[in-house]
Amino acid sequence: MVDIPNADELIQIDRTPGKESWMDVPPDLSEGRFCYPAKPKTLEYLGLPNARVWSPSDEDWQLPPDWQKIVHEGFKERLDKYRSLKVFMDICVRCGACADKCHYYIGSGDPKNMPVLRAELLRSIYRNDFTMAGKILGRIAGARKLTPQVIKEWFSYFYQCTECRRCSVYCPYGIDTAEITMMARELLNLLGLNINWIKDPVANCSRTGNHLGIQPQNMVEIIDFFCDDIEEITGVRPNPTFNRKGAEVLFITPSGDAFADPGTYTYMGYLMLFEAIGLDYTISTYASEGGNFGLFTSSDMMKKINAKMYHEAERLGVKWILGGECGHMWRVINQYMDTMNGPTGPKMEIPKSPITGTVFKNAASTKMVHIAEFTADLIRNGKLNLKPGRNDHLKVTYHDSCNPARAMGMLDEPRYVLQNVCNNFYEMPENTIREQTFCCGSGSGLNTEEIMELRMRGGLPRANAVKHVHDKYGVNMLSCVCAIDRAVLPPLMDYWVPGVSVTGLHELVGNALVLDGEHERETNLRFEPLENAEGADE
Amino acid sequence: MAEVEFKGKKFVVDEDGFLEDFNTYTEEWVEFCMKEEGIDTLTEEHWNVINILQDYYKKNGIAPMVRVLSKLTGFKLKHIYELFPSGPGKGACKMAGLPKPTGCV
Repeated sequence: MVDIPNADELIQIDRTPGKESWMDVPPDLSEGRFCYPAKPKTLEYLGLPNARVWSPSDEDWQLPPDWQKIVHEGFKERLDKYRSLKVFMDICVRCGACADKCHYYIGSGDPKNMPVLRAELLRSIYRNDFTMAGKILGRIAGARKLTPQVIKEWFSYFYQCTECRRCSVYCPYGIDTAEITMMARELLNLLGLNINWIKDPVANCSRTGNHLGIQPQNMVEIIDFFCDDIEEITGVRPNPTFNRKGAEVLFITPSGDAFADPGTYTYMGYLMLFEAIGLDYTISTYASEGGNFGLFTSSDMMKKINAKMYHEAERLGVKWILGGECGHMWRVINQYMDTMNGPTGPKMEIPKSPITGTVFKNAASTKMVHIAEFTADLIRNGKLNLKPGRNDHLKVTYHDSCNPARAMGMLDEPRYVLQNVCNNFYEMPENTIREQTFCCGSGSGLNTEEIMELRMRGGLPRANAVKHVHDKYGVNMLSCVCAIDRAVLPPLMDYWVPGVSVTGLHELVGNALVLDGEHERETNLRFEPLENAEGADE
Repeated sequence: MAEVEFKGKKFVVDEDGFLEDFNTYTEEWVEFCMKEEGIDTLTEEHWNVINILQDYYKKNGIAPMVRVLSKLTGFKLKHIYELFPSGPGKGACKMAGLPKPTGCV
């Protein structure tokens, strides 16, 4: 692993374009500039092609002998299957509205990280293979032949896109550039070009039902452990059930919340909330993952991983699913699930909060409600006893996690919850939040360590906005609703804005929430002493 | 993937320097990792963490969650970092021959 420059060096970004045509500039595939490839045993397990030992820094990538034909036919198949892809290939006028909206472009200055040019990497092959002008005029019409260097360029730049879709917000045609990246990654997968940080979770999920490979006994052990901690802190022990048939609600969240700090504190917050309202729910040790790294692989893999949640809902006979603070899961659920999975099982019902009676009509087809909506509704109906003063030592801002914001339009509910569970909440500048939110810089399976410099570059715009409220208001806590965020924002903050910690929304809820019969709290969920905060609201 | 040799033993490691296969672990592996990890002398506490990690992995096919490791060893997380400067994942799990966890972590 290579060392990364310090922040003062990294901020010196060179934006001078080179003199050569972009088509002639080879990608930089030196150590530190690429994600490690998937291991042969992982690809074999998943039944994916061309399993072998290779490195992106190799000259010869050991492509299958008929690789050009595979790409051409794969491209053709997708153009026939997805009308959107054909429209996105044809319609771009290269106006450049997206050019400076990408966090990777802002942080790297590399023109191929302009979304328009990243899409051209694929579009140039489309023109060559599938348009008359491209076939006849070639380079003059923006077309080029498929060479091994093109494949290397795709691998480099389509794994420098986090599918966050900020650029799409500004596109006058509404081109979904994340879908262009998804298609490019599908084509690369046909050649056995994929990354370990995505394929390993996909394999684990296929085997155990979650990305981390947590076995049922460990899932129970971990949640028991959280219950021990909650009991120690509050005197009240939550009583979750596992794989229980006949429960009203199935709760599913990313496995990262069960495994890695600070997500674990968010998980404790969920358990406390369910205990406080007496929710009739169960946790599955099989459908034990909200995340879906299949989304970063292919539509088939995404469909398979998504389906397990609904199989389990049907098997257990629950009425609906309550989903935790996950990011990309909500893109799959809100934008693909309906046409991909078809109708949900006949036993499922349109979600209705058993506590408030609110019917979540927005989830009528998916039968899955986001926990921020669920909690906001509880607060609005006066069902929670909250002491926001317990969070008074925090000055909180909110990072709109890309997919809940842009793929499901969930913008106000988390803010409503925050304003009720803490007294010091400050917004970052308006062009960096809500629909215009900046990515954490490590989404879509790029949260791996070997590309730490790229991650710090990609996260620069987000960090810069945090720095603004840190300097202006003394913000010391960055809240979010995504498990990748909770994993990657702490190193991003340490690098660019030291002194800012990271939390999930429901950790703050858990800290503010008063449980029936609890004793006076001396610490928060992280076992940090509460300084006179207990009496703050009395 | 690369092969490293130490005291006559050969180990196949991945790009992160983790053992490719847990079954190839021997005590020489721990000695090999020590230097890189900045550990001068292995104490009983180091071995305690390594043994617990390996037992857990053999039973469950996965490393324990960090806070569970802390509970099993009786060491506070801070102390685990003192023992293994790169931390429980990159330091202790690596020395114990376990694979690196992936996903939203």
